[in-house]
Amino acid sequence: MSPHPASENSGIWKMIFGRLDWSAIPLHEPILIGTFAMVAIGGIAVLGLVTKYRLWGMLWNDWFTTVDHKRIGIMYMILGLIMFLRGFADAIMMRLQQAMAFNGSEGYLNAHHYDQIFTAHGVIMIFFVAMPMITGIMNYIVPLQIGARDVSFPFLNNFSFWMTTAGAVIVMMSLFVGEFARTGWLAYPPLSGIAYSPGVGVDYYIWGLQIAGIGTLLSGVNLIATIVKMRAPGMNMMKLPVFTWTSLCANVLIVAAFPVLTAVLALLSLDRYVGTAFFTNDMGGNPMMYVNLIWIWGHPEVYILILPLFGVFSEVTSTFSSKRLFGYSSMVYATVVIAILSYLVWLHHFFTMGSGASVNSFFGITTMVISIPTGAKLFNWLFTMYRGRIRFELPMMWTVAFMLTFTVGGMTGVLLAVPPADFVLHNSLFLIAHFHNVIIGGVLFGLFAAINYWWPKAFGYKLDTVWGKRSFWLWVVGFWFAFMPLYILGLMGVTRRMRVFDDPSLQIWFQIAAFGSLMIAAGIACMFVQFGVSIKNRDKLRDTTGDPWDGRTLEWATSSPPPDYNFAFTPVIHDNDAWADMKKRGYQRPLSGYEAIHMPSNTGTGIIIAGLSIAFSVGMIWYMWWLAGLSFVGILAVAIGHTFNYKRDFYIPKDVVERTEGERTALLATQG
Amino acid sequence: MASAPTIDPAFLDKDGNPLFHLEHEPHHPEGSSTMLGFWMYLMSDCLIFACLFATYAVLGGNYAAGPGPKDLFDLPLVALNTAMLLFSSITYGFAMLAMEKNKIAATQGWLAITGLFGLAFLAIEMYEFAHLIHEGATPMRSGFLSAFFTLVGTHGLHVTFGIIWLVTLMIQVAKKGLIPANQRRLMCLSMFWHFLDVIWIGVFTFVYLMGMLR
Amino acid sequence: MSCHGLPDYASGMTARLPAKTRAILRRFAPLLLLPLGGCDWVVMSPAGDVAMQQRDLIVISTVLMLLIIIPVMAMTVWFAWRYREKAKAEDYDPDWDHSTSLELLIWSAPLLIIIALGAITWTSTHLLDPYRPIERVDHARKIEPAAKRLQVEVVAMDWKWLFIYPELGIATVNELAAPVDQPIEFKITSSTIMNSFFVPAIAGQIYAMPGMQTVLHAVANKPGNYEGFSANYSGAGFSNMRFRFHAMDKGGFDQWVAKVKASGATLDSATYMKLEKPSEKVPPMYFSGVQAKLFHDALNMCVQPGKRCMDDVMMTDMHGGAGKESAHDVQGLRHDGTIDVGGFHPAAPGKKGEIAQPAGMTPAADRTPAAQGKQAPGQQDHDGHAGHKGM
Repeated sequence: MSPHPASENSGIWKMIFGRLDWSAIPLHEPILIGTFAMVAIGGIAVLGLVTKYRLWGMLWNDWFTTVDHKRIGIMYMILGLIMFLRGFADAIMMRLQQAMAFNGSEGYLNAHHYDQIFTAHGVIMIFFVAMPMITGIMNYIVPLQIGARDVSFPFLNNFSFWMTTAGAVIVMMSLFVGEFARTGWLAYPPLSGIAYSPGVGVDYYIWGLQIAGIGTLLSGVNLIATIVKMRAPGMNMMKLPVFTWTSLCANVLIVAAFPVLTAVLALLSLDRYVGTAFFTNDMGGNPMMYVNLIWIWGHPEVYILILPLFGVFSEVTSTFSSKRLFGYSSMVYATVVIAILSYLVWLHHFFTMGSGASVNSFFGITTMVISIPTGAKLFNWLFTMYRGRIRFELPMMWTVAFMLTFTVGGMTGVLLAVPPADFVLHNSLFLIAHFHNVIIGGVLFGLFAAINYWWPKAFGYKLDTVWGKRSFWLWVVGFWFAFMPLYILGLMGVTRRMRVFDDPSLQIWFQIAAFGSLMIAAGIACMFVQFGVSIKNRDKLRDTTGDPWDGRTLEWATSSPPPDYNFAFTPVIHDNDAWADMKKRGYQRPLSGYEAIHMPSNTGTGIIIAGLSIAFSVGMIWYMWWLAGLSFVGILAVAIGHTFNYKRDFYIPKDVVERTEGERTALLATQG
Repeated sequence: MASAPTIDPAFLDKDGNPLFHLEHEPHHPEGSSTMLGFWMYLMSDCLIFACLFATYAVLGGNYAAGPGPKDLFDLPLVALNTAMLLFSSITYGFAMLAMEKNKIAATQGWLAITGLFGLAFLAIEMYEFAHLIHEGATPMRSGFLSAFFTLVGTHGLHVTFGIIWLVTLMIQVAKKGLIPANQRRLMCLSMFWHFLDVIWIGVFTFVYLMGMLR
Repeated sequence: MSCHGLPDYASGMTARLPAKTRAILRRFAPLLLLPLGGCDWVVMSPAGDVAMQQRDLIVISTVLMLLIIIPVMAMTVWFAWRYREKAKAEDYDPDWDHSTSLELLIWSAPLLIIIALGAITWTSTHLLDPYRPIERVDHARKIEPAAKRLQVEVVAMDWKWLFIYPELGIATVNELAAPVDQPIEFKITSSTIMNSFFVPAIAGQIYAMPGMQTVLHAVANKPGNYEGFSANYSGAGFSNMRFRFHAMDKGGFDQWVAKVKASGATLDSATYMKLEKPSEKVPPMYFSGVQAKLFHDALNMCVQPGKRCMDDVMMTDMHGGAGKESAHDVQGLRHDGTIDVGGFHPAAPGKKGEIAQPAGMTPAADRTPAAQGKQAPGQQDHDGHAGHKGM
């Protein structure tokens, strides 16, 4: 720390900038300076190009202010992919540090930097990669699958997206201004209390999650209302596509779990800002209450992540096996049972806290019980493949990889649910291997399946299979190289979050894991090349039918990409594989009789409030009270002002609908 | 073997063939999901209060060698406060009845009275808080007081936002009248206001009454 | 934890090869021997009865689950191959989506496994409850639960371990010893941050939490020098929060106790307060005397003179608090001072602490003025190696 100029400590500086001063800029961290330079150059280049090609108007009007669920879905995916690069950079830095720091070597990261990295990796991967991507997929697909024109609350949808983005921006800011939390991704007190983490790191964590949490909660409310209220005629609950069912359950979990996170983080903030005694060691506080509360959110969160992907796997298996999904109703019941049980297992994250044997075994057994419906689901996918005609396109490949990988992760999970076994494996690298096994093998593989499956729907052309397969194999093999050693290290008694090691016999395993992570890096690179190559060859990969996979659900009934209004006529549903049913019965697309279509209008309120929320958070994090106060008043004013606008909709005129549908008719005719 | 699903006769055309789309756009009433959505928001808010109640249940006995509820709570004052909020719920009910009859002036009048009761509730609560803090029973003094101030204060904060919202709606009703959009908004606020009443009854029973029995 | 047998074995096997090849082979020998399973997989080959039972449980549960996992994985591969499009399977049936008997099977097969596993869980969780005094020294030898147990009081500090032997009147830092086949009862707490006390060779872990006490019963069956550490991240110095656990025969243990007693240093509250401050890589220290009730005071956060003990405070609270006047009286109640256990913000101003703890790491000499005399004989202790020298 260099001594600060006197002026920085003077009253006026403090009043304006709070605790922000030049020492917050990490000039002494070459890695961060390099990253900052790259981000800055890249950012300026993008801004320059956007300005040069005069894209600002288009971006603002068609994207930033859009209320179209499809565009918002795509923006969620882009956010998730960008944050994925950051989260993965953290991962590979950790792997390298752990592979190097042996035989007295401190590695290349000091504790201050390393501890931020593993915290940021967890936070970013869960909140800003997995959550935006599943929300993005649900946003895009659910309204299409239920034959709706949009979600129930289109403005709220835009607002939710921008709040999630604001949370991501706040977390990213901590990279270059100040620091991020050094507490682990759940920020257990007393470590995360003001007494032991007085810096800004935990405050970045709190405000990043709180702001993003508002977005997540509202998008949960929105999607539930959409699924309950906006289904096409004939689609009763037992005719919902399975993906929509799992999305419904995931969103119910969101609405029932995220308030707990909001509450517990609010209490932690009160401890840090006001000096209350919720989670302190002294003055009657109880840190273990935080651990309980955060896991009451945290365990359902795991199922929020995986359930929608179970839906994706169901859709993919059935489509590519060219067969109805086996055991639709048992699939639905299994989903509902998992959703309910996910609230009864939170204590298995801290068997080692010293609860009694009866409490521990109760939570251990409830945890195991979850594996019954999960197992049933696996069998359902298996028997969907049975007597099918399986086309091994990329989505199906990811699905089979998931089935093989996830089973192992599920097994180690049940093992960890046996309390005495957990006593020796808790917090070990075995645990790390387990949850990466289910999150990568389940959530991430599912997202890749979903991207490959629905990309043609969103953009009108398929993804390149050559690069897709390269990415697939590098990922799957790399995954096992990266995480099998961690299982073994866990059995060697190696614990998580270690920065240096003194037993040289462990090093080889960390080196293998690092090699695996490099393979994964290559897999990620191939995925981006796949996107690039596909965009370049989009004319060759073009799908003009809107139904490139011989799909079974409604989203394949409309064009790719779908028009703004999704369906020219509201579809009527007779079967849970609605589109397959329509095709079987020789459905003919109507060519006339179009009407004007009622649609919601765009609004800039979402992005403005999200921007003000960032300002508010910066004010709170750096103790710039004037900024926090002003931006809070600003948020209220903009929100109230928004309610004075009563004109929030418009009609797409009949001739526009006719023209759009006419173009599609012409395109379909070229198919012959 | 799945047989062809039976088809709801409502979705057959006149020749008995299944319909696959509606000829005409179904009438989606504006804001048809609003009540459901708002109700879900309320339930999520209810969970925040559930966490705060749970926190109070855990920390409520941790006085850190400081004062306990019997030393601090002034039940008659809290009873008066409760009365204010209960009255405000009743007057909000009258406002809704007036709205049903499309009487703008009466609606506005009852809303104003509701707001005044709400303000009275807040004033009494602030007096109570100021008094406690003056006596040294600050939120920082003990886990019990942290949990108490946070639970009661969060409720108070909700009432504050309710009043801001109420004023906003009064302006909107004044400008646009009791149009369907405004009626819907008044219904939402009504749910919110009664919800706060229910929460307060929980606070009154669980924190104040049971605190005196501890 | 290091694997002694393996490199020797590997080098014996490759003795006739050129040196370079040998070096490479030695490096990858663990890989070649992977299927043989871990000579140094401490969780799978522990040295104490409790950990051994936990290992057995891991094996039994895994085998039980493999009963269903292996068929599922085999079926996945088989179905994927058998019903691939090119195979043009004869029994293709696009509408086949239900079979009551199969549905029954797919719900009941996992259910049966879970019933078996649940029963094992219920009994083993009770039998291996860390709070339950052990009833056997190993699988062959039973003991009375009331039999005498070696008492060890454990305090997790930033970032070292303090062990107090109340019956022997001695204390050590970062070194723990016990006779083999002697049941041990650990009473565990922490000074500031939550940690987890874990010696994988003898038993599972349990959290060490400030202001709270957890208990762990264990026994070591094989003499040896094992690793112990914190298994819960607790700040910048966490990686080096390690200690050695020596399981010795009776004579060896008595000698070890005598060695500790010879140190001549006393652990009183002043020394404790100095010790408690954050420091890393602390070499073992011995104390021949321990102030009375020191663990009680550590647990109740009142080692520092003038602090009110938590148990007294809780007793007051049980009786409805200390009355209206006590609102202003917070003398001696604060424990959390402002220290940054990330060691980044030097001397951030104390916000509410009465203890003026210096921030971050302090130089070793300053931390333990009389440290030299207390350290283990034979411990390499050149100046500057005794503690962490800052980041």
